Amino acid sequence: MPTATRSEPAATAAPVPVKIVIAGGFGVGKTTFVGSISEITPLTTEAPMTSVSRDIDAHLPGKTTTTVAMDFGRITLGDDLILYLFGTPGQDRFRFMWDELVRGAIGAVVLVDTTRLADCFPAVDYFEQSAVPFIVAVNTFHGRIHHHLRDVREALAVPDEVPLIHCDARERPSTKNALLELVQHALVRAGAATG
Amino acid sequence: MTVEGNGAANGAATPVPGAAPPPDLARVDPGRPQGSRPSEERYDDTVDDGLGDRIRPYALTGGRTRSAVDLPLESLVERTPAGTAALEAQTLERRRILELCRGPLSIAEVSAHLGVHLGVARVLVGDMKVEGLLEVHRPRQSTGDRPDIKLLERVLDGLQAL
Repeated sequence: MPTATRSEPAATAAPVPVKIVIAGGFGVGKTTFVGSISEITPLTTEAPMTSVSRDIDAHLPGKTTTTVAMDFGRITLGDDLILYLFGTPGQDRFRFMWDELVRGAIGAVVLVDTTRLADCFPAVDYFEQSAVPFIVAVNTFHGRIHHHLRDVREALAVPDEVPLIHCDARERPSTKNALLELVQHALVRAGAATG
Repeated sequence: MTVEGNGAANGAATPVPGAAPPPDLARVDPGRPQGSRPSEERYDDTVDDGLGDRIRPYALTGGRTRSAVDLPLESLVERTPAGTAALEAQTLERRRILELCRGPLSIAEVSAHLGVHLGVARVLVGDMKVEGLLEVHRPRQSTGDRPDIKLLERVLDGLQAL
């Protein structure tokens, strides 16, 4: 296992970046999630729409100066392994950004607020269609559990293979658990893909 | 943001991987609350902080919008010995990038700390990579655009050890 690589001097191994996408509706707690476990105060990078869009220009002429902002954090997992967490821009009209976000990603955590369940539908749709490994984390941000997970699964119509968990985006152990769930899920998927 | 600002004055301000950015770097983004847990409200995705009003995003790149190098968001940028040697001879933004990238830093972080659009950071870093001042470590993907099992296992191990 990877302990062997970690004992090597940092200078000998080229650092490897990995990333996980944190998705969900606007205001669901994505940046709170990132901030709870990131070793840096979440940063924001801004991207002009034209630099990342593929086919949106035809639909939105004159939008070339629009800027979208992504919040992100970092977790150093060893001398040569750095995990970045990128929050999706909160609104559906920025969905085109996600192609860039999910490129090469381990997968995605879809944060769900059960009082606004439909807000996460675009994220679930997107990750299903693009075959990105994802889990659904029902945010208990307000200390209330409105729905049983079974009901949430039914409402979202996600298959049983997709892990569905509770998560308090403010609490590091909880967000850590969500990330572990996702990576384990991605491992299962990768294992299945390679036979 | 402080495109015109604190680059030359903070030669010692180089972030160490694993540590919080020094205050002068963190201050680059005036919209970010420091010392407190950020709230979703403060990070409203739709807020336009007016950066575009102050300076055209690609003025720093002479209008060029394409990077010479493919730089996914999480690509790590690190200064080479040649970059260190050439530090003093650089323009403000390029010097600042070299200062930031003493240890590996993602292109997203370079963009955020510099206070410029991602695309601008990509053009600047791409140039400096071509010139040999910076080294770029791209994400490793196996087939199908996803990290392979070995890498996933290392991530799992690392997370469990947190």
